[in-house]
Amino acid sequence: MKSIAELEEIRKRTLQRINLRREDKESEVRVVVGMATCGIAAGARPVMMAFVDEIGRRHLSQVTVSQTGCIGMCRLEPMADVFLPGEEKVTYVNLDADKARRIVAEHVVNGRPVTEYTIGNAENNKQQA
Amino acid sequence: MEIFRSHVLVCGGTGCTSSGSVKLVDRLNDQLGELGLDKEVKVIKTGCFGLCEAGPVVIVYPEGTFYSHVQTEDVDEIVSEHLLKGRVVRRLVYQDKGDHPSVGKSLSDIEFYKHQTRVALRNCGVIDPENIDEYIAFDGYRALTKALTEMTPQDVIDEVSRSGLRGRGGGGFPTGTKWKFAAASKDDKKYVVCNADEGDPGAFMDRSVLEGDPHAILEAMAICGYAIGADEGYIYVRAEYPIAVKRLNLAIEQAHEYGLLGQNILGTGFNFDLHIRLGAGAFVCGEETALMASIEGHRGEPRPRPPFPAVKGLFGKPTNINNVETYANVAQIILRGADWFRTMGTERSAGTKVFALGGKINNTGLVEVPMGTPLRTVIYDIGGGIPHGRRFKAVQTGGPSGGCIPARLLDVPIEYDSLIEIGSMMGSGGMIVMDEDNCMVDIARFFLDFTVDESCGKCTPCRIGTRRMLEILNRIVEGKGEEGDIEKLERLATTIAKTSLCGLGQTAPNPVLSTLRYFRDEYEAHIRDKRCPAHHCRSLMQYQIIDKCRGCTACARVCPVHAVSGEVRKPHAIDQDKCIKCGACYDACRFDAIIKA
Ligand SMILES: Cc1cc2nc3c(=O)[nH]c(=O)nc-3n(C[C@H](O)[C@H](O)[C@H](O)COP(=O)(O)O)c2cc1C
Repeated sequence: MKSIAELEEIRKRTLQRINLRREDKESEVRVVVGMATCGIAAGARPVMMAFVDEIGRRHLSQVTVSQTGCIGMCRLEPMADVFLPGEEKVTYVNLDADKARRIVAEHVVNGRPVTEYTIGNAENNKQQA
Repeated sequence: MEIFRSHVLVCGGTGCTSSGSVKLVDRLNDQLGELGLDKEVKVIKTGCFGLCEAGPVVIVYPEGTFYSHVQTEDVDEIVSEHLLKGRVVRRLVYQDKGDHPSVGKSLSDIEFYKHQTRVALRNCGVIDPENIDEYIAFDGYRALTKALTEMTPQDVIDEVSRSGLRGRGGGGFPTGTKWKFAAASKDDKKYVVCNADEGDPGAFMDRSVLEGDPHAILEAMAICGYAIGADEGYIYVRAEYPIAVKRLNLAIEQAHEYGLLGQNILGTGFNFDLHIRLGAGAFVCGEETALMASIEGHRGEPRPRPPFPAVKGLFGKPTNINNVETYANVAQIILRGADWFRTMGTERSAGTKVFALGGKINNTGLVEVPMGTPLRTVIYDIGGGIPHGRRFKAVQTGGPSGGCIPARLLDVPIEYDSLIEIGSMMGSGGMIVMDEDNCMVDIARFFLDFTVDESCGKCTPCRIGTRRMLEILNRIVEGKGEEGDIEKLERLATTIAKTSLCGLGQTAPNPVLSTLRYFRDEYEAHIRDKRCPAHHCRSLMQYQIIDKCRGCTACARVCPVHAVSGEVRKPHAIDQDKCIKCGACYDACRFDAIIKA
């Protein structure tokens, strides 16, 4: 038999698992990973799985991870966009699994974009080089 | 607990199941396994999404992409394009009529869902009905917890009373009042019963709730048990609903495992247990006293009331009986409060109502709208209007107990009382749309034929009276109507309504009375002019070939009785003596050269 506290535990745990089916998306954080052929070839799949895993480990129920096609900058793949409610989207490039985990910790949870991985930073570096 | 990045929801309601959705689930799982995506993407079979017209329906989350008419052959493309590469398969995305092709249409963008408010159906098509955890995730069993730990039985009854909830099984009786009566009856044993007999032809609201959200009914029945002081309940569901029965059984089992049914629920000392009884599909067994007789193992026949079930019900004990949809609102009322519930609907009809939309309508399916919504909104905005550019003629609500509502009353708000005022009724929620090709006399005949069949025979007015009415109607549609038939129908109708034992007989004349009220001219045309204005009644119509005929011979080739003759490239003709009016020639003609007259 379950206690009331256990029911509440089941509720939270399951909600986190099925929250992506909700239709009210305003308050939600979205992580969109480029998963076209170029993205996949550059290693987008482990990146996406790292996002999913890290979000799950941290019990973040208001975050969804979805995928998108090629956005035309294949040399910068794997790429991902992070949308926080009410803020400009941030585009990250040249990702790997570890970078993805750091983005979850710093940007998704604490609201501070990881500037060194952003597209702006990558393009600046290229110009200086 | 496994986290998946994407959920693929496949409708497992009866409609989509019969068009092959189970095969889709298998194929999806196979394909996902093959591409190694089975750890990332989860396939869930849900209850009915409501838009049965578009079935089988598949929704991909988190995007919320709504795919319609999905076939097994389409699965590979959805997997390899959408689920692997994130590219929406545009050709399968549901389109509103006249829409520009768009990407990722989600539920909330679709015209069919925009005007709806889903309370009773809130979990249908959203959760996996076979998984109690998913119900719990969306606040399941929190209302029961709240009732048991924070409210007295009287508080529960007061909240339900204040909400203004009225019975969704047809009668519209205030639910709180009913619970109050049952609570006031003193006895050592009481019962809670759920009426899931759903006998109206074409209605499938209750089935969809049971298939899509079975725990909502268990939770509400337990709350009701607590409120009235009952520790046992029965769900009476028709045997023709195998998916619903299976999911109910599973739900009861899971609720037992979690201690949400059985002894000492949630450690509060409250006991409640549930049983399922299968009905064999007699319409009269939906009537509450007949239903209880049937549960007891007797013949399903009604008895006079009083005594009402709240005083003397199942096995002679005080009993509360409510409809499936009524119960489906209860947990939400307890959790979110009576005031929240009253924000939906109208003063006298609070909340929402689910309708099964069928007949001559583009979007057949299941819709839930706030009470007070005009019929026009349901038929045109949600239902997408009448197919093939035909003209709307009437809408039938209330099933065999209800009536037909003509076009000029389409702006009447849907409420218990306003529908009765215009000679129909809410009923359990069947809504059948008719166009100019429907003959209203024949519609009345159809419903009366149903009640004659279903009359249990216990009382004379219903057993014999309805049969006499049917005989008259049969004569009228065969062109043998006589002066005075209308008056005879009216006299019989009034007597049957006044003297029958139960609601079946008391309301059986309604379809005739309402069509007489709004379409009397059609009856007169049949009787006096031997003419069916809709060209529907076979005895009163002919197929004729007009001079548009090119002599293509298509009609002659399909005619099963060789009634069509004519030379190639010359106008053909129909031998009326041979013609059996099957309409095959009419359907075969590509030049609109065959008319009904
Ligand atoms: C002939 C007849 C058939 C009925 N069929 C049903 C039915 O299928 N489902 C239902 O809920 N109520 C049906 N009713 C109404 C029930 O008798 C009863 O009013 C209802 O179960 C009460 O629940 P509610 O107050 O929640 O609507 C029927 C009544 C009659 C007279």
